[in-house]
Amino acid sequence: MGILANDIIDGIIEAFSLLFSFDPELWNIIEVSIRVSLISTLIAAMVAIPFGSFMALRDFKGKKAISNVLNTFMGFPPVVMGLLVFLLLSNSGPFGFFGFLYTTIAMMISQFLLSTPIIMGTTKAAIESVDPLLKEIIISLGANERQLWWELVKDSKRSILAGYLVAFGQAISEVGAVMIVGGNLRWHTRTFTTAIVWQTRMGEFGMAIALGILLILIAFLLNYALTYLQMGEK
Amino acid sequence: MSEKEIKDEMRELGIKRIWNTKQKKAIIALVIIATAGIVGGFLIVEYNRVQNRIILATTTSTYDSGLLDILVPVWEGQTGFTVEILSVGTGAALRNGESGDADVLLVHSRSREDDFIAAGYGLYRTCVMYNDFILIGPASDPADLLNAINITDAMTRIKDESELGNANFTSRGDASGTHLKELLLWSLVEGFVPDPAVNTWYDEAGEGMGATLTIANQQNSYTLIDRGTWLANKDDVSLILVYEANDSIDIDKNLLNPYGAMLVNPLIHQGIKYEKAMSFVAFLVSEQGQKLIGEFKKEGELLFTPCFGKCNETHDCTTTEDEVEFWSQHNGGHIRTTSGPSLASADYPLYGTVSI
Repeated sequence: MGILANDIIDGIIEAFSLLFSFDPELWNIIEVSIRVSLISTLIAAMVAIPFGSFMALRDFKGKKAISNVLNTFMGFPPVVMGLLVFLLLSNSGPFGFFGFLYTTIAMMISQFLLSTPIIMGTTKAAIESVDPLLKEIIISLGANERQLWWELVKDSKRSILAGYLVAFGQAISEVGAVMIVGGNLRWHTRTFTTAIVWQTRMGEFGMAIALGILLILIAFLLNYALTYLQMGEK
Repeated sequence: MSEKEIKDEMRELGIKRIWNTKQKKAIIALVIIATAGIVGGFLIVEYNRVQNRIILATTTSTYDSGLLDILVPVWEGQTGFTVEILSVGTGAALRNGESGDADVLLVHSRSREDDFIAAGYGLYRTCVMYNDFILIGPASDPADLLNAINITDAMTRIKDESELGNANFTSRGDASGTHLKELLLWSLVEGFVPDPAVNTWYDEAGEGMGATLTIANQQNSYTLIDRGTWLANKDDVSLILVYEANDSIDIDKNLLNPYGAMLVNPLIHQGIKYEKAMSFVAFLVSEQGQKLIGEFKKEGELLFTPCFGKCNETHDCTTTEDEVEFWSQHNGGHIRTTSGPSLASADYPLYGTVSI
């Protein structure tokens, strides 16, 4: 017990010295994590917001079935997605010739596939929850379908943004998939989460705690933004 | 009204800027192009990086020893390529070789390496170096290993004392090279095979060496550990070294841990960086590489013994003439000739002079 407590205290001290001395490895980890999560979720948003809002506004055959599928995919276990992408991108797999396994591209692909359903689902829910009276007013003012879509998106922008932050939060704290498809390669595919796992298993608590502190900070900021957005929504 | 006056009046009324349709379309187009540009940029950068790298799959204990941090930059500096290191268990490293996701392997499990080559997944296995395993345990040393006369005696003492309830043992339990070595050492005690279900004093951690050490420390148990990981962590645990190999005793050679490097067979996968991988292994067994290995110190102690061409010193690793001859051709870390397996041949010889 004594030795472990000492470890943790030493770890916290080391954490602060790493953070404030701009340790290059620490900053590389920060850069890789944010780059992978940000780009994959932004592209996911560009695909998911139009599709999600489209699903909310139009009625089409099989809408209920597709909605069910969408909801299921929102809860897709990230580590299973990692396994799936790994099998697809492996040199023995169908898309191995790209050679993207153990690169940030593979990590972005799996996070994109995880984030798109989430953003699609939250966007759809946001638009569906707009006051039907508002919808009627806009239509009665002579708006065509595209203008209606734009107005409703603008009206629900807080909820849509909240959905995006949920996806980003999931992406940045995800550990299974990025470890499997990224390989935790030093300087190249090491993120907050994979580094924490690896450092902890080695018993090197200093860097692990530093990364943990940063990750908690990011989670707090995201949560704060989410709460602020949700309070603003009528 | 002029445009400026219109804007002023809009500002007065509190109306925000309205984009007209043409501007909106331009903005959307710009966003799409920018995104495509950024994504395309990343794809190109990553693709370039993939072309210039080899993936070395090795074991966690090898990576954690820090040796590769010394060796790899030297080769990278000489050739301009990069080595990206997958640090996983022996089983996972071999599987990465089987699926062609790694270009070169460095593991320490001779029998599994031989199986790998025999199955055609790898080529040109060669001995690189060896280090040793040691037994560590509680400072009180209930099984009195400090007085053990050889490794068989040591393992017997642990078993006997544990069955009396005075000691326990933590195993890697993860089918790693270390785990297999541990099972081999148990078999020296009249073929004993530990079973956590039956032997309550025996725990399987299912983790890497660092994590297993942490567990053993907390449970105050005996465990088998490679010297490298021990040197790195011994100040952080309360366990002590209780048995190490005695050079003059033959049976203690079982504690030696030889490392083999293997190239992944490029004929059964696409995209294997065969020549770069061969250059890397050639560097490892070259005079310079072997010297760097032999001089590597951890916490002030030498850790590895380079053994290219002389692995017969260890118990379960034999060097062959073919091996020495082949790699001597490629000495210096640079490829002079790339002799490799023939596309037409159905079997893949360990060594040979078949040309492509």
